[in-house]
Amino acid sequence: MARLPSLRGPKVPQQVPRLVAVFALAAIALIAARYFLVPASFGEKGHYRAAALDTIVAREKQYAGQQECALCHSAIMDARLAGNHQGVACESCHGPAAAHAANPVEAKPSVPREREFCPRCHAYNPARPTGFPQIDPVAHNPLAPCVSCHDPHQPEPPVTPESCSACHRQIVSQKAVSHHATLLCTTCHRAPDGHKTSPRTVRPGKPSDRNFCGSCHSADASSPQQIPRINLRTHNPRYVCWQCHYPHYPETS
Amino acid sequence: MTPRDHDLADESPAVAENEAVNRREFLSECLKACQLAAPVLLGVIRVPLLEAQESESGGYDPAEHLYGMGIDVSKCIGCGQCVAACKSENDVPLDSRHFNTWVERYVIGDNHVVDVDSPNGGMDGFPPVATEGGIRRAFFVPKLCNHCASAPCVQVCPVGATFTTDDGAILVDDEYCIGCRYCIQACPYGARWLHPEKHVAAKCTFCYHRLVQGLVPACVEVCPTGARVFGEVERRSTPLARFMRFNDIQVLKPHLNTKPKVYYANLDGEVR
Ligand code: HEC
Ligand code: HEC
Ligand code: HEC
Ligand code: HEC
Ligand code: HEC
Ligand code: HEC
Ligand code: HEC
Ligand code: HEC
Repeated sequence: MARLPSLRGPKVPQQVPRLVAVFALAAIALIAARYFLVPASFGEKGHYRAAALDTIVAREKQYAGQQECALCHSAIMDARLAGNHQGVACESCHGPAAAHAANPVEAKPSVPREREFCPRCHAYNPARPTGFPQIDPVAHNPLAPCVSCHDPHQPEPPVTPESCSACHRQIVSQKAVSHHATLLCTTCHRAPDGHKTSPRTVRPGKPSDRNFCGSCHSADASSPQQIPRINLRTHNPRYVCWQCHYPHYPETS
Repeated sequence: MTPRDHDLADESPAVAENEAVNRREFLSECLKACQLAAPVLLGVIRVPLLEAQESESGGYDPAEHLYGMGIDVSKCIGCGQCVAACKSENDVPLDSRHFNTWVERYVIGDNHVVDVDSPNGGMDGFPPVATEGGIRRAFFVPKLCNHCASAPCVQVCPVGATFTTDDGAILVDDEYCIGCRYCIQACPYGARWLHPEKHVAAKCTFCYHRLVQGLVPACVEVCPTGARVFGEVERRSTPLARFMRFNDIQVLKPHLNTKPKVYYANLDGEVR
């Protein structure tokens, strides 16, 4: 049966509705695929899922930050800020304490009283910058915990016993068995009291020239008879005495 | 940054008017055009939806910030507190293979041999130097993700699971990452790792969850000597800006043009 040409103007070609159908299907398929595959909020802020930010932002912090500690422990904070540990945050020593800050009675931060803790920062290591206070954990006052002598929140080299030996043990014990055993440290060093608390900033004086030793050892010095004499002008005049004789343990050979 | 599809959409082949094009070709071209244009169209459709939702991180506007970190190598004492703090803050496995930040020790001997070690990332501090002969110089170098302004890891991600925020942090979308490891390969700083349990890429986030609360990253919080400085890159009156003005600044691997936002002061020429 042959078709008659339409009498009502041009007919839409047969392939057009099919094409439209195909396009419509493709579009629906795409929208559906995108709806299921592309996660919600993708592309809101950039080429990523904006909701991921909310997840990341919602993570719980473990470290409260030292401002928070100051709210309840202001005395410790003030002490710390006045001392050598002013740059060391509370949680650097006490560990993460956000839980404690939120609920101080239930959760307790760690309190590192043991001797092994402080050397983590203070043990001698040649890669540490010069000037950073370092000790030899084996030799520096072993047996006692660090906090028995140093306040961890305001560490000062503590007020020392009368003698110089607390810090210059090596020198003191050498001198004690030397020819200079009878001489006081202060015969040769002017040692201000401040040196015992701030040893690096307050420095004692040291003899500076040959005449100082000459005041006892020069042939014409008016010192006790038994002191051995030298001729200041001829006895190795190009050098200061302590380039050859260690003053804390003077030897002659 | 405009996603790549959008750029391509503009250049998509125009539907041919040419009679010579057969139906199959025509259809396939049309399909391609649809496929490329769809994201644009759908993106437009979705805009009103987006505006209905209010931003959840209330009060914090990322567009007002651009973060970076300064590291003064001459101040680092290698105590490793930063590594330990990072691990507990960010739930990083405590083994010796996964780190967001770690500390390397460089020891350059009298024989000019450069020895680099990082036992357990420096988390427990460093043992005494084990070298025969004298030491010429020795120092510690903390390392972490450089949060590059032009980050290779973001470029290679096939699904858009790693991204740059408006405030300059490079983050990973845990739920969307497919664990393909491309980004781990692409990072020239070795700063990314695959989470052994979650099987997704993981990395330093600058402690993004702390930033939005106005806190500094955990590593910066616990650094005892101020070797790590955190702040705004673009403003003049922040600790970082001051740090950058008063120091001779270098970045790692500048020749790669990744434009890192971790700035080093007093960095030795031997550091890679
Ligand atoms: C809301 C107030 C509050 C905040 C904030 C707070 N603390 Fe406390 N903290 C307390 C109280 C109260 C105690 C004593 C609890 C007790 O003895 O039962 C305490 C005790 C401690 C102790 C001693 C624990 C012990 O075992 O003796 C340490 C260490 C400590 N806090 C550190 C911190 C640090 C670090 C922070 C900052 C992250 C902090 N605190 C923030 C209230 C607070
Ligand atoms: C250098 C490490 C270090 C830092 C920094 C530090 N602490 Fe301590 N803290 C300790 C040690 C060690 C003890 C234990 C002291 C003791 O037993 O004598 C302690 C004890 C405490 C105690 C128990 C109460 C007491 O006095 O015995 C509190 C509370 C405390 N610290 C809070 C803080 C706060 C708040 C900060 C920050 C302002 C801070 N700490 C910073 C090491 C530190
Ligand atoms: C996280 C690293 C860190 C820890 C842990 C630490 N300190 Fe310190 N300590 C420092 C810094 C930083 C300084 C300041 C150094 C400076 O002024 O150059 C310092 C200074 C000191 C000083 C003063 C030294 C001087 O000559 O000025 C003493 C003493 C001291 N600390 C003792 C301790 C004791 C005791 C502990 C253990 C409770 C301890 N530190 C734990 C980082 C640390
Ligand atoms: C018996 C008391 C005592 C104990 C215990 C003790 N110290 Fe000291 N510490 C001192 C005295 C006294 C000084 C000052 C003399 C000096 O500078 O060596 C000092 C000085 C220091 C200094 C400053 C050194 C410098 O060069 O400026 C540091 C750091 C230090 N101690 C850390 C520690 C650490 C860490 C421990 C625990 C491992 C510890 N101390 C245990 C008494 C003690
Ligand atoms: C608190 C510990 C401490 C005590 C107590 C102490 N010193 Fe010192 N002294 C030091 C330190 C630390 C240095 C610096 C060492 C260094 O920098 O190499 C030092 C340095 C010196 C120096 C060398 C200064 C220089 O410029 O090279 C002399 C001399 C000295 N002390 C004498 C004394 C005498 C004498 C006494 C007793 C009256 C004494 N010290 C008590 C800690 C102490
Ligand atoms: C006979 C004089 C004399 C006496 C006594 C003396 N010193 Fe000295 N001391 C010196 C001279 C000289 C120097 C400088 C040495 C040098 O620069 O090489 C010196 C240097 C030092 C130094 C710094 C260099 C070093 O060797 O560490 C210290 C610390 C020191 N003396 C401590 C002491 C103490 C502590 C005593 C008491 C136990 C003491 N001195 C007694 C003369 C003396
Ligand atoms: C206060 C006086 C006095 C001063 C100052 C002094 N000495 Fe002496 N010196 C002595 C006495 C006392 C003896 C020990 C004499 C004896 O063995 O009976 C001695 C012994 C010596 C000896 C001899 C050791 C031996 O083997 O016989 C030498 C060397 C010496 N001093 C070097 C020095 C030097 C170097 C200085 C300067 C840093 C110095 N003295 C400063 C009093 C002094
Ligand atoms: C170049 C090294 C050198 C210098 C510098 C030096 N001495 Fe000597 N001194 C010696 C030697 C070596 C002897 C032992 C041999 C000798 O008697 O010549 C000695 C011996 C001594 C004796 C012992 C003399 C005796 O009769 O037992 C005294 C005291 C002495 N020196 C003091 C000093 C004084 C004080 C100075 C600084 C003015 C000084 N010396 C500088 C090397 C030196």
